[in-house]
Amino acid sequence: MSSIVSYGSYIPRYRIRSEEIAKEWGENPENIKNGLLIYSKSVPGPDEDVLTISAEAAKNALRRSSIDKKTIGAIYVGSESHPYAVKPTSSILVEALGLPYDIHSADYEFACKAGTAAMQNVMGMVDSGMIENGIAIGSDTSQGAPGDALEYSASAGGTAIIIGKEGFADINRTYSFTTDTPDFWRREGEKYPSHGGRFTGEPAYFKHVITAAKRMMEMQSTKPEDYDYAVFHQPNGKFPTRAAKMLGFKDEQVKDGLLTPYIGNTYSSSMIIGLSAILDKAKSGDRILAVAFGSGAGSDAFDITVNDRIKNLRRENSPGVMEQVNRPIWLDYATYVKFRGKIIMRGA
Amino acid sequence: MRDVYIIGAGTTKFGELWDSSLRELASEAGLKALMDAGIYAEDIDALYGANTSGGQFVDQEQVAALIADYSGISELNIPSIRIEAGSASGGAALLQAFLAVKSGQYETVAVGGVEKMTDVPSEVANEIIGGSLDAEWETFFGATEASLAAMVAKRHEYDTGVKREDYAQFPVIAHKHGSMNETSHFRNVIKIEDVLKAPFVSEPLTVFDTAPISDGASALIISADKKKIKNAEHPLRIKSSTAANDFLSLHDRKSIDRFGAVRKSTKSALELAGLEVGKVDVFEIHDSYSIAGLIQMEEILGKEAIRMTRDGEFYYNSSHPVNVSGGLKAHGNPLGASGVYQAVEAVLQLRGNAGTRQVKNAENIMIHNMGGLGTTSVTSIIGVD
Amino acid sequence: MSEVPRFWRESRHRYRMVGTKCKKCNTLFFPPRVLCPTCRRDSIGNMVEEELSGKGEVYSYTVVHDGLEQFKMQVPYVMAMIRMKEGPLVTGQIVDAEPSEIQIGTKVRAALRKVRTEGKEGIIQYGYKFVLE
Repeated sequence: MSSIVSYGSYIPRYRIRSEEIAKEWGENPENIKNGLLIYSKSVPGPDEDVLTISAEAAKNALRRSSIDKKTIGAIYVGSESHPYAVKPTSSILVEALGLPYDIHSADYEFACKAGTAAMQNVMGMVDSGMIENGIAIGSDTSQGAPGDALEYSASAGGTAIIIGKEGFADINRTYSFTTDTPDFWRREGEKYPSHGGRFTGEPAYFKHVITAAKRMMEMQSTKPEDYDYAVFHQPNGKFPTRAAKMLGFKDEQVKDGLLTPYIGNTYSSSMIIGLSAILDKAKSGDRILAVAFGSGAGSDAFDITVNDRIKNLRRENSPGVMEQVNRPIWLDYATYVKFRGKIIMRGA
Repeated sequence: MRDVYIIGAGTTKFGELWDSSLRELASEAGLKALMDAGIYAEDIDALYGANTSGGQFVDQEQVAALIADYSGISELNIPSIRIEAGSASGGAALLQAFLAVKSGQYETVAVGGVEKMTDVPSEVANEIIGGSLDAEWETFFGATEASLAAMVAKRHEYDTGVKREDYAQFPVIAHKHGSMNETSHFRNVIKIEDVLKAPFVSEPLTVFDTAPISDGASALIISADKKKIKNAEHPLRIKSSTAANDFLSLHDRKSIDRFGAVRKSTKSALELAGLEVGKVDVFEIHDSYSIAGLIQMEEILGKEAIRMTRDGEFYYNSSHPVNVSGGLKAHGNPLGASGVYQAVEAVLQLRGNAGTRQVKNAENIMIHNMGGLGTTSVTSIIGVD
Repeated sequence: MSEVPRFWRESRHRYRMVGTKCKKCNTLFFPPRVLCPTCRRDSIGNMVEEELSGKGEVYSYTVVHDGLEQFKMQVPYVMAMIRMKEGPLVTGQIVDAEPSEIQIGTKVRAALRKVRTEGKEGIIQYGYKFVLE
């Protein structure tokens, strides 16, 4: 059975408040905050991208464990905003992290569940004996079109999960549910994504997340009370809270994994960064239900139990999620659009 | 070994010379030097042409050959070699010419320095100037030469307690002298407040701490030919010419605010000339940046230099005249020409032809030309016998 | 596009601060050198690669206002010289910090960032910059 050997996240320090954006577009900030439950989001610096964010997250993961880099046999990176359309982020990470060149690697895409798809890939390679340890990363610097609702939530961040046979958190089972549901997409060459408005709710997010969660609990013969924590894909603060309620989870089970209100939706890292925040606090015996959602659409669910090896994990070697959430550098709208390249420069 | 003299000197104005091209500037200065020496093209045995970055500024390499050609001497097949040592190219060309004549192979040699910097926008000029830094480990990461000078300034303040107002004196001194020099890029007098309050280039340095981007050319005729020396209007002897280098990058040196190569080459020049530093009447130094000017004077005169700056002892009519030409800051810094102009100024001063900025009874002048920040250091001492 | 091999050759040095150590005098060099300037000929065949920890402190710094074209979006940006824990002095940018948070002696660590891009079509050149520890 594959297990999580180590984990690490990186959130860029820059932030912008929802009211800054609302002010610009003549919207009522209270509506945004109450409607989406997003108070602020993270913004990547002008010199940050999915590669640099993934590298930081992976280094944070490597620093916490004592595994030899030579035992890492795979690295997969899932993102919607890879720096190159052709030239894999994972290949650059091999050099950036000093990983052995004898390694499997590729990039993944499936909207916000590209990172969890990478996790499942690595799990399969570990379980089959192909590799000893592998790194799966979900990382994004997604953009929302100026003036669009997504501008409040599309943010930046990344999480790396190292999976092997002898980790501190057993992945008891993983399950996926996939359909052809066009709730959110971006055509080749387009700068900003498009979405189906209210269609993104019930037929997309809720259908897949709820189905995957229910199927997982059926297969595992578990009930919500059996879990200490539940973490869902979090495009805003409302959807995961409602999904949790619909499934029968309580607020205390969900609150530690809910980060979108402070850092926005980190897309491919969205659920995983919530998982990372939970792992920052978890103790041996804790059981976690983690369900990602990617538009298009699909859900990956994981049933995880933390074991005794967590005492060997040196979590203090890297900054935890909340430590990073609490190191903001606030931006105004003008600096934000300059950083995000939304100003047409000469030669563009 | 034989004595080597400067028998002729000439220069163009320095400044933004829109009407003049690289080749026009070079031949103008060359012709003036030839006529000043009272000789003809046939008398020249070799030409050393200093040019730092012709290739990047105006797509032109093999610049010495171009200078010879447009100065009308190519039919005589005179060897014409370009010398490049960053912004020390001019001084280095003078050094090469001196060695060539001293060796006996050549009798009379022309030295020319020229740079045409204003044909490109100033942002591009700054990038080209950065070519003297380490392309892979300094420029790649965003360092400009000015930013390195600024870091030197900050560290120097930290290490020695020198104040911002101290090294800010150098541009003030330069402009005072430049206002009295007809060929100077800038002729305006400035106050220290102007230096401190000007827009930042790289904190703490402002635009007034940094030498300008200029066009210009200067030339010299060097000779050991006794007849030509006798016939020359007022020959001056090159008592010594020498150089020293340091690691290319500041980050590879033991300290960033000491210029060991400058200390070495200036000390060596004095030894070779058989002079104590107290016998030097004028110092023409490489004030590409105000802080660089101060550190050069510290390497030459010791820590006293800080007090001397504060006490105004570097003015033309004080005890240790520095940059009476206007220095690079006011007179201008066309990279390949600056070092040659320093020698032209020495000639004017030693002949008593320096007008209102004349240093009285000047007999020995030290000129110091630098590439980068203490990377290449070329020192010559010129004087009356 | 034309700069690909020149950049690629230095990638591990720029991504992970891999320097070279002279086994004769035990000095670690960064930027890396093929020859030790002290041991010279004796260092031939005796230089080995060694990765720096990335930790260091500010030796000097400046806020650049008139910078290189490539870094226009970040002006004013901070250039610094960092004394690395292992000894070498390195020139690089400090990012994600206000100039008021920086002084000589401030502790920093290296982070991988985009340094340059060759226009919209060329490769992205990553390398080290420094963030406050």
